[in-house]
Amino acid sequence: MSATSTTARAQILNGIRRSLRRGEITGAEREAVEARLARPPLGPAVARARLAQPEKVALFCQWAETNNATVARVAAPDVAAEVVSFLARNNLPARAAMAPSPLLAGYDWGSQKMLSLRQGRGEASDQVSITGAFAGIAETGTLVMASGPDHPVTLNLLPDTHIVVIRESDIVGGYEEVWVRLRERYGKDCMPRTVNTITGPSRTGDIEQAMELGAHGPRRMHIVVVRE
Amino acid sequence: MHPIFATAILAAVSQSPSPTSRPRRVALFVTCLVDLFRPSIGFAAVKLLEEAGCTVEVPSLQVCCGQPAYNSGDRATTRAIAAQVIEAFEGYDAVVAPSGSCGGMLSHHYPGLFDDDPAMKLRAESLAGRSYELMAFLVDVLGVKKASARYDGAVTYHDSCSGLRELGVKDQPRRLLSTVQGLSVREMKTPEVCCGFGGTFCVKYPEISNAMVGEKSADIAASGADTLLAGDLGCLMNMAGKLQREGSTVRVRHVAEVLAGMGDLPPIGEPERDGKWGGPG
Amino acid sequence: MESTARDFNDNVDHALADPNLQDSLSKLKVGFSERRRQAAERLPEFEALRDRARDIKNHALANLDFYLEEFERKVLALGGHVHWAPTAADARRIIGELCQSMGARTVAKSKSMVAEEIALNEHLEEIGIAPIETDLGEYIIQLRHEPPSHIIAPAVHLTKDQVADTFLEHHAKLGFTKRLTERSDLVAEARHVLRQKFLDADVGLTGANFLVAETGSSMLVTNEGNADLSNTLPRMHIVLASIEKVIPTLEDAAVLLRVLARSATGQESSSYTTLNTGPKRPGDLDGPEHYHVVILDNGRSAVLGTEMQDILRCIRCGACMNHCPVYGAIGGHAYGWVYPGPLGAVLTPQLIGVEEAGNLPNASTFCGRCESVCPVRIPLPKLMRHWREREFERHLTPMAVRQGLALWSFVARRPALYRRLTGLANRVLALFGRAEGRYRALPLAGGWTRFRDLPAPQAGGTFHAQWKKRRP
Repeated sequence: MSATSTTARAQILNGIRRSLRRGEITGAEREAVEARLARPPLGPAVARARLAQPEKVALFCQWAETNNATVARVAAPDVAAEVVSFLARNNLPARAAMAPSPLLAGYDWGSQKMLSLRQGRGEASDQVSITGAFAGIAETGTLVMASGPDHPVTLNLLPDTHIVVIRESDIVGGYEEVWVRLRERYGKDCMPRTVNTITGPSRTGDIEQAMELGAHGPRRMHIVVVRE
Repeated sequence: MHPIFATAILAAVSQSPSPTSRPRRVALFVTCLVDLFRPSIGFAAVKLLEEAGCTVEVPSLQVCCGQPAYNSGDRATTRAIAAQVIEAFEGYDAVVAPSGSCGGMLSHHYPGLFDDDPAMKLRAESLAGRSYELMAFLVDVLGVKKASARYDGAVTYHDSCSGLRELGVKDQPRRLLSTVQGLSVREMKTPEVCCGFGGTFCVKYPEISNAMVGEKSADIAASGADTLLAGDLGCLMNMAGKLQREGSTVRVRHVAEVLAGMGDLPPIGEPERDGKWGGPG
Repeated sequence: MESTARDFNDNVDHALADPNLQDSLSKLKVGFSERRRQAAERLPEFEALRDRARDIKNHALANLDFYLEEFERKVLALGGHVHWAPTAADARRIIGELCQSMGARTVAKSKSMVAEEIALNEHLEEIGIAPIETDLGEYIIQLRHEPPSHIIAPAVHLTKDQVADTFLEHHAKLGFTKRLTERSDLVAEARHVLRQKFLDADVGLTGANFLVAETGSSMLVTNEGNADLSNTLPRMHIVLASIEKVIPTLEDAAVLLRVLARSATGQESSSYTTLNTGPKRPGDLDGPEHYHVVILDNGRSAVLGTEMQDILRCIRCGACMNHCPVYGAIGGHAYGWVYPGPLGAVLTPQLIGVEEAGNLPNASTFCGRCESVCPVRIPLPKLMRHWREREFERHLTPMAVRQGLALWSFVARRPALYRRLTGLANRVLALFGRAEGRYRALPLAGGWTRFRDLPAPQAGGTFHAQWKKRRP
């Protein structure tokens, strides 16, 4: 850290302390804020985030559709067929960039001879991507994508059409359950580089406040919910 | 018991709770605008309060609630005026203003003026706890359920900002209006949006104020009502002035006048037909 | 950005006479507020969440130094960098140097009000780097060389036709020579033009809605996905955020997110809510190699502990301006600087001086609609009133107002004199106004009678005079 930046840092932090008429937080007060950080208090419970699992899944699908995604609920053996059928229904080429995820690889892609898959990150030329999801949030029909070698962020953003495959058991009620799962999976101190929570396709209301889909991210989002 | 009787008994009971449970000795805070421009609103308020069983007094030392100074940032003057009002209204069971703006000043803003003066703060809090806007006082405190008045017209009701957002005045006037014979309510699209009066705002920023009241008058016209009512004379004068400048025939009145059966008075801004307003008769 | 807040009254005249602006504002007034109302109604816990959101921000502000240090510790641990910028000039310099260190020619920018506040684009252009606004609204106004007129909808003052003209003018050289008439086509054209710019950019710069101390993450809420492309495709991601953006934990973020989108656009959730934590990890197939957070103070730390502190709770949803009848009449540009509406009426005097922006906190009726919808319950009218008090104390209130007030106060404090004068006024006014019932013009009342008639007083004397006669 350069001399200027050390001074600037001290200037800001001391300015804050001066305004708050105290020094650095110490003693019992410090323990209290540290404890709050270590065990975050929950906000007011949101009733619709606290449903039984089947209702959670139903609510997730309902909100995702309200937010302009399309949803198909299929059994695991039918995932690949549903993807191909979706592409055909929408006059899209049977060609996609797929996240190099072991979970995705477990579906029966081999059964779909027409489908051409490329594993890797998203490229500008990709029309369609297929990814998994770390979780789904029933409360708002939101998908949670954790970046990593098995899930490049570009797949969430560059293609026109984003197909997401998610297991029912990965659908939770509200955001708080996602945070718990993230901490469990990655450790409390090591969030993935990016966690994208995505609700429906990209959109903008910047021209006369009328919502238009497909601003910069995908114009179309199709969610395949895998029955278990 | 037949339901009609039950209703009647309930209504009778709620109109006259036991003398100990309700404020009897009520002071009227007249407000500057009512005093100067439209005394009939003050007399309407007195009539409504007396019909509900109150004894009404009008402390003679009252002047203004201090809002012109308060909203101009002149805290010292505001405090001096507030102290005067606090003094004038000591000892009454309730202080009632036919205005949400002035009522809100007394009940929501006075205590904060005396943060450095505990004795005055206590007195300010006492006044704040006893101060009411007229409609809220009639309905929420006195339990009035019915107005014995007739008004032939379709009215639209503007919710003045302070009354609505500081004091929660929304349903009370509508509930009473719904019992006025011959009267129907036609809500405008945005009754809760400010009319652009804002005290000194309307003369400090006349162009903005004009844009706001212009929109309000369009909303009033679109409601199809022939009468505009509200609970604050400042807003009413602003809207009446705009409507009349635009050539509108909508009649503008204070809600208390209509509820008190004084709906045959010349509307705000209209000439007096038989010479002059001669007081409450 | 250069302020024109001093010329507020001229700005107002201009705004009221602009038919395109008035057309746009008429849509804004019904759209945003109705959608917010519906969203709030759909969530029974909304009011409880607002209370908690307020408490969370208050807690964060009371412990701001602690949470900022904690945030920094986490960012450093994951290979990111934190820069502290006491002033706007410091932040500009830091960001300029970071861009130069990458040999950057272009910077993909995602909408940031703090970047507007520090006039970052102007600085980057001066040092030969092209900032490219990628939020559609920001992109449109960048082409038009206009400042944003709203904090979440920067081009809300423009009509579709104006956008079409702007695109035709600037995109023709790229081969788009047809004037478009459909919104969807305009969006598609902008998407096409900007996509290549994302791919070419050396640096991506975003703001942050929140900085999460617990994880060292910056949190971004958008609908378009431009912020995500900005933080993923270029080799360097710079986050520019002011000190009050830090919150303790992800659980706190959940509460704030629930009120943010609903208050802003009436959506249940924005399309993209993204947590960025440090640079690309080993094995990652994409993402920036460099991750920098620039933390800006620019006068905010001095607001802590003062009667204005509540404004630091603001989460920049824009609900106050969406519901403000003054904003609805004049739009955002009239406020003359980065932050319009009630938020700007409180924050602008703080950031650029009340001498410059003294009109803003005065141009309010105190109708209180802003406070009634603020997701973190900032008492905006009260804070505007504090500014008026400071102006009065410092003799910045216009002389005519001060003199009028002094005269009125002299009388108002003497009930007997007041009665005599109001009695006289009532009689004189009633005399002149009786025939018409109102005045079309009146000496000294031009502010009123220019646009409205003034109702005449009822005859018969003031209320107090009549009361005295009737009930001696």
